[in-house]
Amino acid sequence: MQEVDQVVDHLFRHRAGQMVSTLTRIFGPEHLPLAEEVVQESLITALTQWSFHGVPDNPAGWLFRVARNKALDQIRRQATFREKVAEELRRLPTEETPLHSEFEDDLLTMMLMCCHPSIPEESRIALTLKTVGGFSVEEIARAFLSQKATIAQRLVRAKKLIREQSIPMEMPSRDALPVRLESLLKVIYLMFNEGHSAHEGDALIRADLCDEAIRLATLLAEHSATRDPAVHALLALMLLQAARLPARIDGAGEITLLAEQDRSRWDHAMIARGMRHLDASASGDEITTYHVEAAIAACHAAAPSFAETDWPRMVSLYDELLAMQPSPVAALNRAVAVAMAEGPQAGIEAIESMASRDSLRDYPLLYATLGELWLQRGDSERAAEQFTRALELPSSMPEKRFLLRKLESCR
Amino acid sequence: MAKYLLMLRDHGTYEGLSAEEMQKIIGRYRDWSGKLRASGKIVGGEKLRDQQGRVMQRKGTNLAVTDGPFAEAKEIIGGFFVVDAKDYDEAVSVAKGCPHLDFGTIEVREIEPMP
Repeated sequence: MQEVDQVVDHLFRHRAGQMVSTLTRIFGPEHLPLAEEVVQESLITALTQWSFHGVPDNPAGWLFRVARNKALDQIRRQATFREKVAEELRRLPTEETPLHSEFEDDLLTMMLMCCHPSIPEESRIALTLKTVGGFSVEEIARAFLSQKATIAQRLVRAKKLIREQSIPMEMPSRDALPVRLESLLKVIYLMFNEGHSAHEGDALIRADLCDEAIRLATLLAEHSATRDPAVHALLALMLLQAARLPARIDGAGEITLLAEQDRSRWDHAMIARGMRHLDASASGDEITTYHVEAAIAACHAAAPSFAETDWPRMVSLYDELLAMQPSPVAALNRAVAVAMAEGPQAGIEAIESMASRDSLRDYPLLYATLGELWLQRGDSERAAEQFTRALELPSSMPEKRFLLRKLESCR
Repeated sequence: MAKYLLMLRDHGTYEGLSAEEMQKIIGRYRDWSGKLRASGKIVGGEKLRDQQGRVMQRKGTNLAVTDGPFAEAKEIIGGFFVVDAKDYDEAVSVAKGCPHLDFGTIEVREIEPMP
């Protein structure tokens, strides 16, 4: 732990996730709420103490030691519980004893527990963010534009399920692991998409979702039990997409389209990491949608400019993706690739012939794309019509300003 | 140069804060106190325990010891800093940057030196 002399980014959040996971393993999953309580109290103690005395030399070890002592205080009240867990608690890391890899396994088994098939799908992501990610109920609600009470209720229900069904916190058997891993990957993918496609809401929190998704997938990719080709593919996809984020918003907070992005502002170290994981994903005999989406992201990342992108390859990758998993948004992206490969008219026709077009009725990007294509064809009247329709739908302020600028350019 | 006591009262509750929010508050304390410590302006500071205070009062011949001292939340002193300053203006300007002001009040008192 190299945290001497400064508090690293997200130290609290990440340590909270680690401590909740480890304490839950020691206490037993039915006592997850107790683990959360102990960790929250420890963080508050750190907050008040560090305010007066400054940050200790080894903040992570300090936090663990305080959490251990608080946990020991808690269990002193229950004799049988005490015998079972006291010995384990004493083995927790402190300032002197560093964090063992065994404790990192706790994060992994905790994630897999959060994605247990008995837990409803919509609760899995909230539970993972809360326990492993150290997010508060309010932050989760803000990220997903939900009510705080809704998220809180989902969490309570999920914890009740864990208790009532005695869902264990352990590495699933070899037979059960693939299904659980698949469900976990889906949760991580949703987490990333939620953060990446910031339509509305709190921009900062959403960037944190992307970081968290990448962090969790990295843990999976590095662990011998879970480093599957699909894990590498998902991680590659997220890294390659996140690498473009710095260029997506300009200095004034305005959106810059892929076509106009300054590619030197992409995070090239992240792209290199993404490419390495894409390489690692090319093994085994299964191709997942993550593989294809990662290949699409890699195709963008490798192109020197928008115009020089390998658009025919993009079209065939989107065809492959759509054959595996029909999705209206992917079909729209395919239409953009068609327009780039064969001209705006072909793109407009591709959109008009989309079977799933109706389900994008309220999707502003559909109209923004059509507007752009009409503009390229030189029909500014029809372009203006489309941008106006896009503006009538809910979107973020930077998106609205972008559409207004586009509408202006039609006149 | 005189010493001033900054008493931080009524810090409210941190119960609902997220890990990230707490870390941000610590970061603000670091920014504030780090510079002051480095320049020797802060000469001391302690956090006081929130519970288990006692108030002692002689009533006639009896010494009454009660739990307290908190008649109300506003009176709870969460902790204190001792700072070096040349006058009240400087002591106040030192205290101005303290993040505690978002949560409660700060009382600034000069520590009277021995004559």
